[in-house]
Amino acid sequence: MIQFKLVLLGDSSVGKSSIVTRFVKDQFDINKESTIGAAFLSQTIKLLDSETNDEVAVKFEIWDTAGQERYKSLAPMYYRNSNAAIVVYDITDANSLSKAVKWVNELKEKLGDDNDCVISLIGNKLDLINEDETKRAISRREGEEFAIENGLYFHEVSAKENIGIKDIFQEIGESLYNQHKEKKLKNATTISRNGGNSNVELNRPSTNDATSCCS
Amino acid sequence: MDSLDGEEFDVIILGTGITECILSGILSSTQNKKILHIDRQDYYGGDTASINLKQLFEKYKKPTEGLDNGKFGRFRDWNVDLIPKLLMSNGELINILISTKVTEYLEFKQISGSYVYHKNGKIYKIPSTEYEAVTSSLLGLFEKNRVKNFLQWVSQYNFEDPKTHQGINWEKNTMEEVYYKFGLGNSSQDFIGHAMALYPTDDYVKLPCKECIERVILYSQSVAKFGPGKSPYLYPLYGLGELPQAFARLSALYGGIYMLNTPVSDIRFNDEGKFESLTIPQGTVKAPMIIADPSYFPEKVESTGKKYIRCICLLNHKVSSTDQKDSLQIILPQNQINRKNDIYIAVLGAEHFVTPKGWNLAIVSTILEDDKAADPLSEIAPALKLLGDIEEKFYEVKEILKPKSDGEGDNVFISKSYDAMSHFESMTEDVKDVYKRVMGEDLVIE
Repeated sequence: MIQFKLVLLGDSSVGKSSIVTRFVKDQFDINKESTIGAAFLSQTIKLLDSETNDEVAVKFEIWDTAGQERYKSLAPMYYRNSNAAIVVYDITDANSLSKAVKWVNELKEKLGDDNDCVISLIGNKLDLINEDETKRAISRREGEEFAIENGLYFHEVSAKENIGIKDIFQEIGESLYNQHKEKKLKNATTISRNGGNSNVELNRPSTNDATSCCS
Repeated sequence: MDSLDGEEFDVIILGTGITECILSGILSSTQNKKILHIDRQDYYGGDTASINLKQLFEKYKKPTEGLDNGKFGRFRDWNVDLIPKLLMSNGELINILISTKVTEYLEFKQISGSYVYHKNGKIYKIPSTEYEAVTSSLLGLFEKNRVKNFLQWVSQYNFEDPKTHQGINWEKNTMEEVYYKFGLGNSSQDFIGHAMALYPTDDYVKLPCKECIERVILYSQSVAKFGPGKSPYLYPLYGLGELPQAFARLSALYGGIYMLNTPVSDIRFNDEGKFESLTIPQGTVKAPMIIADPSYFPEKVESTGKKYIRCICLLNHKVSSTDQKDSLQIILPQNQINRKNDIYIAVLGAEHFVTPKGWNLAIVSTILEDDKAADPLSEIAPALKLLGDIEEKFYEVKEILKPKSDGEGDNVFISKSYDAMSHFESMTEDVKDVYKRVMGEDLVIE
């Protein structure tokens, strides 16, 4: 299965964790603090290969900020090797789009110019507007314009009402899958980002394998 | 700015070096402590950070104009450790990484080779198995069998079972006596004590043999762990600076609050002299105790009387006579170079994503013996010679500090400076020591 690292970015309380929780567990808990103790969450989606029409599975390894964004203390490790990013703002908070823009720039700076990270700009809390249109502080056009200028995907969603959440990931998944196929075609010889699989597996005890033991 | 004025925490931690980050991760995830973790610098890792080439040039006040995409490639492709250390594959840091599941954020690769210097000017691969010991050109014909006998004795040694001791009492007999028993001469002693047990000086020969036996066992087990033939060491991709970041993330996942680039002022103590509060731009915060690296409390630490020199060398070639290996350790035992302290060289490269392709990074370190020497580099001359042409080098001399007290009086628990050892075993000892001082009980790693 093809696996991609996806990171969440955006200021505190714009609903980053809610979006993931909705996508991974199909839950929404209004009082919930950020997911305690989970290194990252995983979710697999299925999509169709546009050429072969085969069904393919794409797995996301989703990294949440664990609150380290609150005082601008996200570690470089967080951004490292991320294939996709969801940058979230709150459409009822007038300041949050400009902050999201800063996160996009921060991400681009950390990843360097030769990255092909797929970025999706997401305006969350659409449910509050549907209840009361006067709560909207950022117009749809504002978000959309920034996204187009910077080559980002863009959606307005509601994690609470489950509006548009699945589509964010489906779209990113398809884009990453196509990117992956292109790369595979270009250099059929390089396998992984580490150029081979000689990394040491530390999560399970290494046992003597067939090559090192008497039969 | 989010205010924290008046907030109370269980522990405030100052400095994000690896010692502090491990403690933060463990206290937060297993002891449910509410932690505020602060660093005055705008990056994670303190002295154990890995920095890119631009930061390195800036640190040593060298011009950075035209640096990027110049001779040294892209500056981002460099991750230079400020303190060179390797992880023993079967060492305690690996146990901590696995038990805390911090391995989920990190990728490791083995260090390809481990070498020892001989006074004839050559370097030899350190035999990692009994078979290699017998075939190595490092040891003379008669010595080989004696070393083999010694290694067999160690591999069977069981501290609980006197039958395996062959008359050597691990509490009473010194290593000197063990060497005598096995008829091991100077070159074998150098090989066992310095290349396998990784003692930086010869002080250990007068001490009870237990620790040395344990160290040789650790070495052998580390070599065996991921397939013999390479080295006993692991190293994280992108540099050692990944380690503190990973433990910081663990702490944050359990609610630890992180603040980089945050100056600390007005550290206050109550009438009994215990820590009470400190002030940061977000307000005054309280906790019953503080954990800190030595740089935050200069008045509460003292010199160990030792200074180390570390020299970072950028090479555009592999180190010769190492079979073109990209990563290795070279030990220059003190006796072989007429010193009292070993010199260590850690060589790393693109294999571990710490240099661009075609480059290598060699970090030379030792304890300074003549701290009045006009040119400290003269102390590491034999090591620099081994490296061949050096494109650029940066060095610093630093004092090794330790806390003056155990922290019980003022509830300020201070860690030690990182020493000149080539691995992390003494750092994990310090983690356990600080943990015990803070919690009043031993740290148990499952």
